Amino acid sequence: MTDFLLELRCEEIPARMQAKARADLERLFAAELEKSGLKAGGYTTYATPRRLALIAHGLPEKTQAVEHETKGPRVGAPDQAIQGFLKKYQLNADQLEVRDGVYFARRMAAGRPVWRILQEAIPALIRAFPWPKSMRWGDASRSSESMRWVRPLHGIVALLGDQVVDCEIAGIKSGSATLGHRFHHPGEITIGSADDYVEKLRMAHVIVDQDERRNTIALGAKMAGQGAGLTLVEDHGLLEENAGLTEWPMPLLGRFDEAFLDVPPEVIQLTARVNQKYFVCEADDKLANAFICVANIDAEDGGDKIVAGNEKVLAARLSDARFFYETDLKTRLEDLLPRLEKIVFHEKLGTLADKVDRVAKLARWLVEEGIVGTGAPAQAGAQSGNTSALNPGLLPAQEHDRAKLADMAERAARLAKADLVTGMVGEFPELQGLMGGYYAAAQGEPPEVAEAIRDHYKPVGQGDDVPTAPVTVAVSLADKLDTIAAFYFIGERPTGSKDPFALRRASLGIIAVVLANEIRMPMAEAVRVASSPLLIQLVTTVGAAYQIAKHQAEYLINTAEGLAKGGEQASLSAELFKQFKKGESRIDEADLLEETANRMSSGALWRDVLDFFADRLKVQQREAGVRHDLIDAVFALGGEDDLVRLLARVHALQAFVTTEDGANLLAGYKRAANILKKEGWEAAPDRAPADAGAQGGEALANENSATAHPEAQKALSYTPEPAEAALIDALDAAEPHAASAIAREDFESAMAALASLRAPIDAFFDTVTVNDPVPEKRTARLALLARMRAAVHNVADFSRIEG
Amino acid sequence: MSNAPSFQRMILTLHDYWSARGCLILQPYDMRVGAGTFHTATTLRALGPQPWNAAFVQPCRRPTDGRYGENPNRLQHYYQYQVILKPSPADLQELYLGSLAAIGIDFTKHDIRFVEDDWESPTLGAWGLGWEVWCDGMEVTQFTYFQQMGGFDCKPVAGELTYGLERLAMYIQDVDSVYDLAFNDAGMSYGDVFLENERQMSKWNFEVADTDALFDLFKKATAECENCLAAKLPIPAYEQAIEASHIFNLLQARGVISVAERQAYMGRVRDLAKGSCAAYIEKMTPEWEANYPGWSI
Repeated sequence: MTDFLLELRCEEIPARMQAKARADLERLFAAELEKSGLKAGGYTTYATPRRLALIAHGLPEKTQAVEHETKGPRVGAPDQAIQGFLKKYQLNADQLEVRDGVYFARRMAAGRPVWRILQEAIPALIRAFPWPKSMRWGDASRSSESMRWVRPLHGIVALLGDQVVDCEIAGIKSGSATLGHRFHHPGEITIGSADDYVEKLRMAHVIVDQDERRNTIALGAKMAGQGAGLTLVEDHGLLEENAGLTEWPMPLLGRFDEAFLDVPPEVIQLTARVNQKYFVCEADDKLANAFICVANIDAEDGGDKIVAGNEKVLAARLSDARFFYETDLKTRLEDLLPRLEKIVFHEKLGTLADKVDRVAKLARWLVEEGIVGTGAPAQAGAQSGNTSALNPGLLPAQEHDRAKLADMAERAARLAKADLVTGMVGEFPELQGLMGGYYAAAQGEPPEVAEAIRDHYKPVGQGDDVPTAPVTVAVSLADKLDTIAAFYFIGERPTGSKDPFALRRASLGIIAVVLANEIRMPMAEAVRVASSPLLIQLVTTVGAAYQIAKHQAEYLINTAEGLAKGGEQASLSAELFKQFKKGESRIDEADLLEETANRMSSGALWRDVLDFFADRLKVQQREAGVRHDLIDAVFALGGEDDLVRLLARVHALQAFVTTEDGANLLAGYKRAANILKKEGWEAAPDRAPADAGAQGGEALANENSATAHPEAQKALSYTPEPAEAALIDALDAAEPHAASAIAREDFESAMAALASLRAPIDAFFDTVTVNDPVPEKRTARLALLARMRAAVHNVADFSRIEG
Repeated sequence: MSNAPSFQRMILTLHDYWSARGCLILQPYDMRVGAGTFHTATTLRALGPQPWNAAFVQPCRRPTDGRYGENPNRLQHYYQYQVILKPSPADLQELYLGSLAAIGIDFTKHDIRFVEDDWESPTLGAWGLGWEVWCDGMEVTQFTYFQQMGGFDCKPVAGELTYGLERLAMYIQDVDSVYDLAFNDAGMSYGDVFLENERQMSKWNFEVADTDALFDLFKKATAECENCLAAKLPIPAYEQAIEASHIFNLLQARGVISVAERQAYMGRVRDLAKGSCAAYIEKMTPEWEANYPGWSI
């Protein structure tokens, strides 16, 4: 058993690519060995800016002899074919094996020395290496097909034990020599074997192990901070990046002028991190006027010049940042709004100013409807999904609070995007929202408004803070709802891995905000309200374009005669024709409007959006262990678009179906549903409530087989069998219980009511024949089963439940 | 740094250094450009199979960067030192570091780093991979291996070094304002030479330049570019394209180009520059193929 060392030395590899490159190197190398049936005992991989290395532990000297089997002609094939096969593999007829009427040739291939396999594997994996971006270089690049690497490749160390594995690619020959640190150790060093690789490099001022470099930086930075009485602000990404930028990392502490601390700390941290890759420090939980840079040399003067240089660079950066900040502070946010009119949000959806206007109206609506607010309205959506402008039960004081809240939500929404045109956000787009919050506070907006501006993009991913302050919640929901409604409105929806407008993220954000705050929002209604200004906007634009085009056409017709004279008249006409064409291009938008109007009239638009939310909810709830089929079962009832209530129902359902009663009831339900299906009793209105709109639980509770099959409610013309009578009684008792439980959103009790059906339904199937020869009996019993199915559907569409 | 070279001494040192390494020492292109890369010695010579090694200073004009002489780091007119080596030599990094040593940077006391920074110029249909070179955290050079120019593969690849001369000099001379740089060793500062220029040019760029005339010039330059292309004269066409590019920059500084129009103008300049490169390739290809058997575009 021998260890093999491979080092690929090149010009500086981007830090962000190094971790994946190590994984790729191991994967490709193992795959190359695999082709020859070889497997290493284990791998170690290293990356520095200037080298990528792999040690394969415990390789054998030779591969095993392998038996190859080749399929030949069928037995009884023409002799010519059989002879040809024998000749090809240099075998006699009696050496062939016969299986299933087919000849097979079996031959042993002798084991190959591992160094030979490595000789082929090294160039192959270099050629196949999947760098995210690669390049050609040097004289060989006269051809477009010349070898590619992340940056020019300069050396290959390939040592099996202490022997060089000879290979060559693009004029680079393998060997045992490499280079140490660029400045500390400019000469060549010779590696003996995998065993001394790490230590030989260390002697040449290269810490080849990235984890060791990372630890060195983490510890060194911490100590540098401590030495000055400061606490390092840890930053894992920055640690990784600095480890990828250095072979001999030396953390050094530098300072900047305290006066810069007037600039928001996030700005300072971002400037230091993004532009300079510096860590920042804190003293007493506040940002300190210090930074830690990581040099790649152990400087002769202890790093004084390096620190001085870095201090100067950061000072220049921070004075730029302060300039932006101070300049931005001179303009009030509302004065920036006209500039949003010039920023296109999406070519079909108008400008950012249009979006702001829609979001502001929606945010106000969310508050005025009592969907978002100070607590009182929690039941508004549940009561019947009504959309009365004011909750009748509100006291005057609460009414006043609500009006104030609505004003603040609208104000915050109107200012929320203004920071996009400030100098600071232009420089650091990731500060959007945050800067708006600072500027709003500075110009005297109420804290609620400033906070809403700051946080309205949240949550931007899993684990991000979810807003809870009412004004923030209103703006955050409105912004995201508008985005989703707007793109669905123009038929832009996520497909497969493509989600260019981040609608999935927006919907997950809505779900998180809604659930965290237990917001009772009728989703379909909210989407409808969000879409309405869009429709007005689009119809107005298209209509105006047609009106202008009409005037232009009239003018052109009236002046057609003058056209022949040329000159001014002709040039004006030419310009009009050009504009006319522009107006014509609105035809596309008219097509879009036609389609959207159709999707609205059929309700497809709302259903699409709700389905999208259902999908996202399933993804979002998977981690919490909620079964996706149960979410489907509740969504399938239609009409249920209040996520909080929906999830409560799903939770109760999940608890119920895992009980014995639940499992048996499900089995009974499925049996009943199958019989009904077979008998053509399909008419039960599974999705009917969907058309009733967002009616909520009450409407569902009223659903009853009676509406579908009135004859079921008629008095029976015969004496029911005991189990039949028992089921009727059980249903008579369970139905009102379940209905009232659902109306008060007590889903556990609703499930308990259903559970009472389990024994009667089992007994019914055991003793009663549904398919009775007497037609009245058959019809009545089918109706009974339908009634049972409907009762179950009060809670969920059990046919969607798996198992 | 004590005994730090003056601004002009630094340039002369770089000239000597690259001259000794086989580079032609060229003079600046005599047109207003935004970057040294626009010099035909870079763009056009990066195309085709023939070797090409050249170094030159290129004055650069970026009207929007003007600060009326009041910002110690920002200028609307400054110098780049540009080296182009084709094909890129295997020891390009070492050659480059040698040039830093020549102008007085001591690698035992300063931290030199190659930090990923890929270069792209949509205007020229060009891109390359490389780094910004940091000296103690300050970017002093853009180091690029050109991969494509004018939308065509560079065959072979050229290495391009672009030194920011003022920054480098400020660093070496340890001054905080560009205007305090020693231009020579006889007491003339960078400010003595350029401060008034910055004040007047900023004023003109931002406030005075006649925008109607500029729009007109833009139109004329683009028309002339097309005229040259029709006449199969790619070099004059290219000159008109960079003229149009600079006029566009001036219009930007005057703030008369809206966000929506901006893309359209940039697209226009890009089409012209790429068209000129394509025309140059088309014109030169027969000669290149004749002189370099086996080479093809």
